[in-house]
Order: sequence, then C-alpha cells, then structure tokens
Amino acid sequence: MKLFTELYVELDQTNKTNEKIEAMRFYFDQADARDAAWAFYFLSGRKPRQIIPSKKLREWAIELAGIPEWLYLESRDTVGDSAETIALLLPNNTTVDETPLHILVEQRLLPLRTSAEEIQRTEVFAAWSQMNYSQRLVYNKLISGSFRIGVSQQLVVRALSQISELPADIITHRAMGDWEPTSEFFSHLIDPAMDSDETPIARPFPFHLAHQMDFAPADLGQTSEWQAEWKWDGIRAQVIKRKEEVFVWSRGEDLITERFPEIAAAAAQLPNGSVLDGEILPWKDGRVLPFTELQKRIGRKNLSAKILAEVPVILQCYDLMEFEGRDIRTFDFKTRREFLEKLVNNLRPEARQVLNVTESVAGASWNDLGIAREKSRVLGVEGFMLKRLESPYRTGRHRGDWWKWKIDPLTIDAVLIYAQKGTGKRANLFTDYTFAVWKGIDLVPFAKAYSGLTDAEIRKVDRYVRDNTIETFGPVRSVTPKLVFEIAFEALQRSTRHKSGVAVRFPRILRWRDDKTIEQADSLDTIYEMLDAFQNPVNVSK
Amino acid sequence: MKSGLVTLTDRGLYCRQGDFYIDPWKPVKRAVLTHAHADHTYRGNEDYLVPAEGERLSRIRLGDEAKISTQKYGEIGLFNGVKVSFHPAGHVLGSSQVRVEFKGEIWVVSGDYKLMPDETCAPFEPIKCHHFITEATFGLPIYRWQPTKFVFSEINSWWRRNQEKGKASVIFAYSLGKSQRVMNGIDRSIGRIFTHGAVERLTDAYRESGVDMPETQYVGSVGNKRDFSGSLIVAPPSAQASTWLRRFGSHSTGFASGWMMVRGARRQRAVDRGFVLSDHADWPELLRAIQMSEAETVYVTHGFIEEVVRWLNENGQNAVPLKTQFIGDDAEEEIVNTGEHE
Repeated sequence: MKLFTELYVELDQTNKTNEKIEAMRFYFDQADARDAAWAFYFLSGRKPRQIIPSKKLREWAIELAGIPEWLYLESRDTVGDSAETIALLLPNNTTVDETPLHILVEQRLLPLRTSAEEIQRTEVFAAWSQMNYSQRLVYNKLISGSFRIGVSQQLVVRALSQISELPADIITHRAMGDWEPTSEFFSHLIDPAMDSDETPIARPFPFHLAHQMDFAPADLGQTSEWQAEWKWDGIRAQVIKRKEEVFVWSRGEDLITERFPEIAAAAAQLPNGSVLDGEILPWKDGRVLPFTELQKRIGRKNLSAKILAEVPVILQCYDLMEFEGRDIRTFDFKTRREFLEKLVNNLRPEARQVLNVTESVAGASWNDLGIAREKSRVLGVEGFMLKRLESPYRTGRHRGDWWKWKIDPLTIDAVLIYAQKGTGKRANLFTDYTFAVWKGIDLVPFAKAYSGLTDAEIRKVDRYVRDNTIETFGPVRSVTPKLVFEIAFEALQRSTRHKSGVAVRFPRILRWRDDKTIEQADSLDTIYEMLDAFQNPVNVSK
Repeated sequence: MKSGLVTLTDRGLYCRQGDFYIDPWKPVKRAVLTHAHADHTYRGNEDYLVPAEGERLSRIRLGDEAKISTQKYGEIGLFNGVKVSFHPAGHVLGSSQVRVEFKGEIWVVSGDYKLMPDETCAPFEPIKCHHFITEATFGLPIYRWQPTKFVFSEINSWWRRNQEKGKASVIFAYSLGKSQRVMNGIDRSIGRIFTHGAVERLTDAYRESGVDMPETQYVGSVGNKRDFSGSLIVAPPSAQASTWLRRFGSHSTGFASGWMMVRGARRQRAVDRGFVLSDHADWPELLRAIQMSEAETVYVTHGFIEEVVRWLNENGQNAVPLKTQFIGDDAEEEIVNTGEHE
C-alpha cells in the first residue's frame, strides 16, 4: 500500500487538475494490475461497506493513545475526521508497510468484517504498528468505509485515457455498473482493442448531466431548436431491459431495482434491448408528492404494502439510449424522443401508469416559456430543463445541450441561534448553523444551513460564535441572537417533526444581512403564507 | 488568583505590588512585554520594559516614539520590592517568560513558548515557580511536532521539485519569527530567496541581532519584470489573498504553521503544501513545561483552555482557566498585516 498511500498524499496535497492527473498517471504506470484495479475502484468513489465500526476503532485508538474519551472527542471535533484523528493520536511509528494494496484489501481488510472482535483487534493493532502516519490514515479510511479523495471519476478516467490512448467515453462506459476489481477487469478497462467489448447486460450507460443556465434563455437562439420539459426533483434513474432482465440504476450507480418494484414490473413489459433515462418520483392522484415522501422509501430494505400504497412511484421518462438492442446515443434528441414515445405507447395501460413520457411544454417564444415556468412551484417542479433537439446523448457533464432553467429560490431572513463545528475542510470552524424566525416574541428554529458564505465570512461568524456563546450542548453552541442571514430554499412542506411546523428543501445561505437587526428578520407567519400559496393541489398529468 | 501577586484585569495581567502590567491589551503606565508578537505588544503604553535580546523587534512594533527600556535574560529588576526577570521562552527572537517574585512567592508568565530547538532564538529555560501561566495554542494530543530536521527536508524537496519544473515556491509564514526560522533552516544553496516587505524589515532586525540569515532580496526592490522561477519567496499569510502573488508567474504555495497538522486546516488555507512547523509548544511539550515548573497552580490562557485545564485537573494538577485576550498563532496576521500590504 506504499505506492497507493503516496498517491493519496499527492492527490490530497494539490488542488491543481494537471498535478492530480500526473500523480495518477505515475501511479497507474507503476502499479501492478491487481493493485491498480483496487486503486481505480477506490478512486472512482466505490468503497467496500464498513469493515469495522468507527466506534470500535475509536475505542482501540483511545486505549493505545492513553487518553480519556472526552479528549478524543474534542480532538475529533477539531480535526473533523475520525480516521485522521485516530492516525494523529496513535503513538508515533516510522516504519512503512510494504504489503501490496490488493493483498491488504483482499486478505487483511475484507475478511475482517466477519471475524471475531478479538481477531479484528489483534489485526488492527498489528497494522497500526507497522504503518506510518499517512498509511494509517488511508488504512483507517478504508477500514471504516469512509475513504474519499478529491478526484472525480472523470479525472481518473482522463488519466487512464492518457495512459491507454483510449477515448475517455469508452473507459467511462466500461467502468459503469457492477464489477469486481480484479486484474482482468483492469486490463480490460484500458485494453486498446475496442471490439473485444462484450457488454454485460446489466451495464448502464454514463449519464448525460446538465448545467445550470447562467445567462438569459434568449442566448440559446430560437425556441424551435429546443424542447422544454419540467425539471422534476426526484431520483435520476436509468432503466435497462435486456435478455428478459430488468435493472434500475441510480445516478450514483447503485442498483436500485428492488427498491422500486412498481418500476421494475412496468419495465419488464418493455422489449429487450431498451434503456431509458428518467426521474423516479413519488406520485399520487396525478401529482408529485414532496421529495421527503420519497426519502421514506429510500432508506428501507423491506417495503411494506403500507408504504407502497402510501408513496407510490412513477418514472417520468425523458430519454432513450438503447432501442431495439441498438445504442442510439449518437442519434439526435428529437429522434430518440420519438422512439421513446413509440416504445412507451406500445405498453399495456398499467405499465403506462408507471412509465410516463415526460410532458414537453410548448412555447412560441422564450417569453411564453418564461410565463409557463411561473407555474413551477405550484406543480412541484424546479423549473424547466431545456434540451437541444439536435443533440446526441452525451457522456457526463457537458455544457451546451442540456440546461437547467430553474426558478428563483424562496428566501427568508432568519437569525443565527445555534452553531456547530464543521467537518473536513471546515473542521474546527463553526460552519454549521441553525437559523430561527420569529413566532410572536420567540425565535423558533426553522432551517439548518451549511453553505453559502465566503471563507472570510465564515471566519468572522466563527469568531462571533466563540465570543458570544451562551450555552454549550455537546458539540452545539447557542449564541446570542444578533446575526441575520438571508436563507434560500427550494420548497416548503408542513411537518410535524419540526418545531416551526415546516420542513424546507435545500436550505442554504444566500447572503449575510449585516444591514438588518434581528427585529427585522421574518416571522413564521410569512412562511405559512408561502406555504399556502404553493400548496394548492393542481393536476399536472394529461 | 484575585488575591495573588499577579491578577487579571480588563487591561491585562497586573502586578499590584510592583504596579506593572505584563502584555497589557489596553493602555497602562508600565508594560512589561514577553515578546514582540502583535497580541502581546500593543502601542499606547507610557513605559515599556522588554527583553534586550528582542529590543529591535519591539522597536519596529512600537515605533520610534515609544519609551522602551531593556533588561537582559537573567538580570533582575526591582519594582517596589518585586523582583522581575526575563528568561528565554524559545518562541521567537527575544521571547521571554517573565518571572515575578515577592516575599518568596514566585510567578512565571510564560507568554508563548516552545521547547523544541530553534537556531533563531535562545532555548526555553524551565523555571520553578508557585504559579505558572501557560498558553495552550496547540493544547490537544493531536498536535505532536516532527523533528525540525524532517520538516526542513520536506520544505527543501518541495522547493527543489518546484525548481525542476521551473516554478517559483511561495511559502507563507508569520512575518515575525516563523519567516526567519524558515530562512535560517532552509538549504540556501538551492536558489535565491526573496521576501515580502513585512518579512524583509523584521529579517533585517534578526540579522542585526546576530542571527544567521541567508541573503534575501525584497520583492518590491526588484521590479515586476523579474523572473522568479526556481526562487523561494517568503511572505506573510495575508499575502495569499492578494494580487501581489501574480508577479511570480507559475508557482506552488506552502504554509508553515502548526495548524497544518490537520488536513482540514490546510484545505481551508487552500495552499498546495502544508508544513508542520510551529513556534508554539505541542501537547507533550506543554505538559513537560508545566511539569518542570513544579507549580502549585497552573493558569491556562489562549488556545484549547478548557481541554488543557480538564486534563491537568484529572491528572492531579491544580489548573484553572484564565481568560486573557491573547490569541495565539493567528494573531500576527489578524492584527499586524492589515497595514503591511504592499
């Protein structure tokens, strides 16, 4: 794991794309294919399930470091990362562990998950005593299932593409879906012979991702070159029917077929050789339910009849990548959409209830579409997706063909009342805030937000929190109410679990209103008015 | 500590019997200063007593008008029967612990200190006392410094690697102390060294005080056309956010500070490399210094106060928190550098 740790340290030390690619090229050039397969697996964001619970690792680290638990917890709050805290606290060691990565993972990490605690403990202690600081850090992250590194899969693929001289799209596709990190896998991944591809039936296509529109829609040219669709807020999914089997993939490349039996059943009706792109939505009585309803289903392994009845789902389909067994991603969007409609229209009615081709909204001008977009909040959508009719289905995030044309968020002026230290980059800084609005003469918590301030502002708020703490509850501090922030959010929903009676979606800090006093912050009444304005049930189905 | 020889007031640490303050943060008649860092050296006091070894630095910080008298390490001054002496704190050039004694009761105000050897200043001197006032900037067990030699070999190889790629190396370090320690310890045969204005002036003061400094050139004196590739530039952290950096062309950034021990802190700084080099005591050094003082009571100021106090109390040491306005390691940039931009 020596080489891999060096790669980790290199990647961790630079923000520069070129240096990251260089470091990965160096690694993949040097590494044995068996190690490289695991490195690719980890770098592309995959990770084995937690092997040993962090709580156990913590106990053992505390034992070795000879410190009380409270001091460990204070340290962790400052570091903002358990694996790193443990690596910092363990007694110094300068020897280097030379075990190859694949041996470490396959023989010393994975089998531990099912071992008796005593064996786990012995093995972890032995590993720690052989490793230096950086190796312990990487090891702790692997063993606790928290390995993350600041490279995107796209970047890893670019490095491999430079080494193998294969187009990045080919490598991306070969790396989709489920695979085992073996030397065979890795050799195939960078094999320049392209015809040798026999696509496993479950393998999804890389998703085409849109960009946020940061200019006026008129800059896109004629509306006739574009299609406007509602932008749904659900789970992006790719549905595959091949050789009598159905696979539903999330954008994070999790296989979620069993989580959504309705969709699997409907997709089973599709002809073999069909791959659809769309959005899974909680849907009832012709209307989308709030996203939080869908969350109730996501976490569950066993779907009871009750939850299936309470939160039924549909797939709003909007693209087709494979038709009659043929990869049609290079076809233009207009054609793909025609094939999609044809495919879905041929289904039996009960399947069509679940697989719905998303509505295309007509507008003679951008102005017309702008007016139509005003309905978004009432319909429970985030605005429009604009797609160029002539465009192919692209790989990954691409500027130019798909645009998110979102409606402006709702905003509220709220008061900072609680703060907590952040993690990772925000470690040891108070960056996680709870905001309150007025309810009569009281301030009631209304939303938590983490992002939106500049680094300089974060430092200022951090200092304010330290100097104006009223009480400390574990990691949380209550502060003297004084700072007012404008909070933006996407949607509101009534909630019995929240003190304020409402739950907000995607709250974030829009700006610091240092021109306002706390008396000028908004009240719950304002929020209830917003809620009333957007909760009129309106049918969107045809 | 209300009834003690040294008490905490809203102006700073005060010795009533001797009628002087130590590192006051509001104007007073007589100020005894531990060292020249901004959170310990405020302007506006009538009289100053500083360690002779740090006189040049204090003068830069306090201005030509300030009335400064000096006293050498180990010499004893008398203030209304109170014996006052300076003893090396090993923090930066001229940094001192202030020992205060009256009728057999001994207090030591340690200011900022470290135990690790540092070529640019006299080593920390353990002093036995009844009451020890300690800092706690890095008072958590995650802070344990590597040997200085190891850190310098990292800095040297970073500089060399940048040089091979034709890049300049910009290292951020507090302008007083850390910058000079970096320049003293670095392999000066690698290339030319340039300094930011804030650093250059203090570096001269170090030179004049007899500390070994490599040849440096003030960036402002060489013109914008100059090619900096392969060189090392030493600048205060506040220069990072400025357009000042543009003149160096392709460059890599590093930051030398104890905070760099934690990856999150390095990412907050958005520098390419963090070098764990601190002028403050790490956790084992703090505990060792406290132990060596053999004090009955330990007062803990700035930094991880509650954590150090709790640890000491749980380990049989009588310790109490002391809420001063010292800031610790970030003080330099926050207070001083706001006026020192080019």
